[in-house]
Formats: sequence, C-alpha cells, structure tokens
Amino acid sequence: MVQGITGNEGRFHTASMLGYGTKIVAGVTPGRGGQQVENTPVYNTVAEAVSRHKADTSAIFVPARFAPDAVLEAIDAGLKTIVVITESIPQKDAIFFMAKAESQGITIIGPNTPGIINPANQVHIGVMPTRVFRPGGVGMISRSGTLTYEIAWHISAAGLGQSTCVGLGGDAIIGLDFTRVLAMFERDEETRSVVLIGEIGGNMEELAAEYIQEGKYRKPVVAYIAGRAAPVGKRMGHAGAIISGDTGTAKSKIESLLAAGVPVADKPSDIPKLLTKPL
Amino acid sequence: MKLFEFEAKNILQKYGIATPAGAIGSLPEEVELLAGQIGRPVMLKSQVLVSGRGKAGGIISASNPAEARRLAAKLLGSEIKGSVVRSILVEEKVAIAAEFYASVAVDRQAKKYLVMASTSGGVDIEQVALTAPTRIARYYVPPLTGFNREAANDLIAQLPNLSQDDAVAFGDVIHILYRIAWEGDAELVEINPLAKSTSGKLIACDARIIVDDNALFRHPELATHSLSQTGDTVTEAKAKEQKLAYVELDGDIGIIGNGAGLVMATLDLVQLFGGKPANFLDIGGGAGVEMIKNAVTLVLSKPEVKSVLINIFGGVTRCDLVAQGIIQAHNEFAVRKPLVVRMVGTNEEAGTQMLNQIGVHTHTSMEEAIRKVTQL
Repeated sequence: MVQGITGNEGRFHTASMLGYGTKIVAGVTPGRGGQQVENTPVYNTVAEAVSRHKADTSAIFVPARFAPDAVLEAIDAGLKTIVVITESIPQKDAIFFMAKAESQGITIIGPNTPGIINPANQVHIGVMPTRVFRPGGVGMISRSGTLTYEIAWHISAAGLGQSTCVGLGGDAIIGLDFTRVLAMFERDEETRSVVLIGEIGGNMEELAAEYIQEGKYRKPVVAYIAGRAAPVGKRMGHAGAIISGDTGTAKSKIESLLAAGVPVADKPSDIPKLLTKPL
Repeated sequence: MKLFEFEAKNILQKYGIATPAGAIGSLPEEVELLAGQIGRPVMLKSQVLVSGRGKAGGIISASNPAEARRLAAKLLGSEIKGSVVRSILVEEKVAIAAEFYASVAVDRQAKKYLVMASTSGGVDIEQVALTAPTRIARYYVPPLTGFNREAANDLIAQLPNLSQDDAVAFGDVIHILYRIAWEGDAELVEINPLAKSTSGKLIACDARIIVDDNALFRHPELATHSLSQTGDTVTEAKAKEQKLAYVELDGDIGIIGNGAGLVMATLDLVQLFGGKPANFLDIGGGAGVEMIKNAVTLVLSKPEVKSVLINIFGGVTRCDLVAQGIIQAHNEFAVRKPLVVRMVGTNEEAGTQMLNQIGVHTHTSMEEAIRKVTQL
C-alpha cells in the first residue's frame, strides 16, 4: 500500500510503480477515504485498508512532520515491511519507531530511501528510475539515490544486470543496513555478486567489512565509497553523511573493506570491471 | 543546529541545573558593567561555535571591570579559529574542587540515546575515553521505556569514590539532562565540566547543545537564533535561506549536482583528476527552475570560483528544467565563467538543445565532464 498516495509525490510514483508491475492494492491518506488514485482505492486509515486488502508492505510518501505517525500506524496494523521514502524525519521519532518495529519483527527500509527494485520480478517500491535497471545477478546495497542509479547504469551498460537493488537511505538512523542485506543476499539464489555503495558517516561499512572478514558472506563483493574529498564536521547533503572527529571517514571505510578482501573502485565506472575480474 | 554556550546554559537553568552566575555582553562597556555586577574576578568566554576555543585564546579571566573592558575590546570582533566573536559570556569564576562529565547523545549505530557520566571530566575527557574507558559509565536508553530515575542511579553507581550526596546530585543532573535532550530534540547535550564547587554544589561550567535540524520546525523558541552568528560563511548562510544543501570548500571549481552521494562522488573525482572543488551543492530530487537558478547563481557569485561543473542524472529531476535554471542564471550573471554540464535522464534532449543554444555543450559521461572542467 502507499501511504500519502494523494500527494504529488505519492501519485506520481504510484503510477510509476503500477506501470512497472508492482502490486499496489490500496492507498491511505487521512480524510481522502473513498477516492481513487490510478484506479487504486484510498482509505482514511491503514487499519481500514488492511481489513479489506491483503497488504504486507507499505511505502511511506508522507511529509516529514507526519511521517513518523504514518510509520507507527503501519507498525500497529502489522505490516511486515515499511519503506520510508520521506527525508528529514526527526531523529527522536526515528529512534522510537525503529525500536517499535524491531520489537515486532517488522523491517524498516530507510528513511530517506529511494526504495527497492527487483527487475526480474518487475517490482519497484519507491522512486528509482526503472530504465537503468535490468534483470541480472548483481545485488546492490546503497546509501545513496542518484549515485546508485549512476552505478546501476554502468552495470547494465556492461551487459550485467541487477537481482535486487536496496536503497538503505541517507539518514543517520536507518532500518536495514549493509550487514543485514548481505545476509539476505547470501541466501538469495538470484544474486551472484554484490556492490556496496557507501559514503562518509557512521560505521556501517566497517561493520559490513567485519562481517565479510568473519566469513559470513561468501559471494563476491565490490564497493564504492563516496566522500574522500569531504571535510570534517560538515553534513554533506545526507543527514548521515558527516565525519565526526576521526570516525566515519571514507579512508576508514575503504581501508576496512580492502582488509576484508573487498575491491574498492576509484571511480563509479570502474565497478563493472571489478565485478567481472577473475577471482 | 549548534547552540551557543549561553543558550545551552539558559536551557539548563530552566530545567533546574545550576550554572555559574553570568550574562552576555556584545560591547566592551556592557562587559565592564556585567563584570562590575558580578563583583569578583570573572571569566570572559567568547561565544563561538568552534571547539577548542579555550586553547585558542577565547576564554580569558579578568580581575576587575576595567580589565574586563580592555580584554573584551580585544576579543570582540576578533576571530577564534575562523569564527568572529560577537558576544562574550561574562561569568563568575567558580572555585572548582572536582570536574565531572555528563552527556546525552544520539548513538546512530545503536539507534538509541546514549547517556554517559564520569568523575574524570574536564578538557582531557577524550583522552580518558581512549585510555581509560571504564572511567566513563554508559547507558543506552531503551526507546520504548525511556530513562527513569532508577536507571540514572544505576549508572551513577558505576562511578567510583562518589559520596552519597554527590551520587544523588549527579543522578539528578543526568536524569534532567535526558529530559532536556528528549524534549528538545537534541543530538547532543553535554556538560563538561560538571564542576563540583569547593562548597559542594554541582555546577555546569560549560555546556553544549546540538539540536536536530530535522526537528527545528517544532522548536519555534529557536527561531531567534541568528544565522549570522553561526559558524557558517556568508555564502553558506545565504544557501540556508534558499534551502540549498551547500558546503563551502576552498578550491576554484564550483560543483552542483542532484543527489548527495552523486555530488560527493563528483567532488572525489574532481580531486582525483587534480582539480580543487570550491563547494558541495546538492539540489536534491525534482528541483524546479527557480531553485536551480539560485544554485547556479550562488556558486557563480563566489569570486574564488573560476568554473562550474553541473552533474545531473535525472530521474525525477527534469533536465529541461535544469537547463532553464542554468540559462536564467547565465543570462543574469554579469561575469562569464565556463560552465561544464553533464546531463542524462528525463528530458535530456530538450535540456541539451536549450543549453546548446547558449553555447554550452552537454556531456553524457560524468568522468568526461569532470576531466574537461579540471583541464580548463
């Protein structure tokens, strides 16, 4: 289902998702129950939508001020996966709903994520430009939006394709991280290799490197890390892209990935080359 | 948003945490007056948002009002680590017997608030964290249940050599600190040092609060925080007004792109190819003509910028709108600086055609465009 379906963003991307093949069964916007968007029925509440339709996933296109409540509503209604497209959600709210989701075994993707796409199954949830993706065996896990599309474009142009591309989101507090998705790709038959697209801030890439080094993820993996030229202490667009003191530097991430045997590209266009290099 | 020390202390006071007697002065005469009102030797603390202001000469003592005025005259308007001192917190000197540390901060990895307390506070707390981490008691607050008084007591109980009275007082402080952080949407609330005075009272001698930018919409009380007093440069302040994600750097190639990761990657490649980025600017997704025009104008207007690289991978962002914005900025800006544009995606043909008409060729490859601009 799409929460915030009647807004500009909600409408536009619902059309795109439906056109691609995503099964959207309902939309929710408080006060707009009874309307239709792209032939999809709109309800006032998530509970109402869930009582009439089998929905297990929600895409949140609700503005930042109201998005936390929308996420909590989806959690209360028992949706299994919540894809939070919204950017600029207050950290306090994210801390709260992350804990709530975790306590109920619910997966949150994002916030500030472009979403998730699987070309072979023709499903995309979010805002990704579908034309740059094609079915294939490369799994992608990324903290970025357009940089992800750039790299996907190069991968597709090289004749490879993507199994599933997961946008983790650019915020500091996010749901799925590199390690959790690596674990999923390990078990995914469609995925033969993985590209990690990271950036400055936090230690998610370092934790992924540790996970790989411990032998827990065994398929080939390559990486690109943005922000080598970023100064300390400045937020580079994404809420999560900030170097604090000496933690979160691109250098630290690149070094830990290299130490784990993960090749790191110097340029986005080098990724296909690294993927097809003999092991 | 970083708050000034005096703003942070005002908040602590409101919540019942003791701070030294003091007030703000922005003129030497005011500082003299305030020093006189305190009637004892004072500390003159430059209100700047940089760390390490003490070591950089931003915190000095004055033994009488006349000296305070003289020293204030030198401090005010001077630069401490690149920040101009516009006001001074004139404070009583506290007779300190011991220095503690207390903080509440968002821990992104744990996705929780982290409360920290130590009896080894002061300027060397970072050293303590590295060399003797067990001297800092830590507690990750469970988001669904919060930080109750019992948890605060348990945390303080981990600290050695605290008297019963001190333990209670310290527990009070960290319990209040968490409320300040939670109610204020803070990323960080830190008291260092939390001084135990020679008379036994706990007093917050220095305080830092950083408020989550994403929560400012629900903190109208912070609306009066003057932009001109922050650590931002003139261009950064202007960018904030126009809601542009902009960071100033010290090179001569202006950079604009759509998407933070893409822009960071662009900066990285410019550097890799031997160029020096002048700035980071992300126009985000789906930007309109006016925003793009503002972005280009902003970057062009910095005298240090000799050329501008614009990198667009258009998904929801429309290349024709980007072209319009670039053309408007180009037409209105007096000085001609070379523009190198990479443009692929939605409506790329229309955008390219429009730019060709003003003599700007567009590239399909990001690397090609970056090589071009670094070779200019």
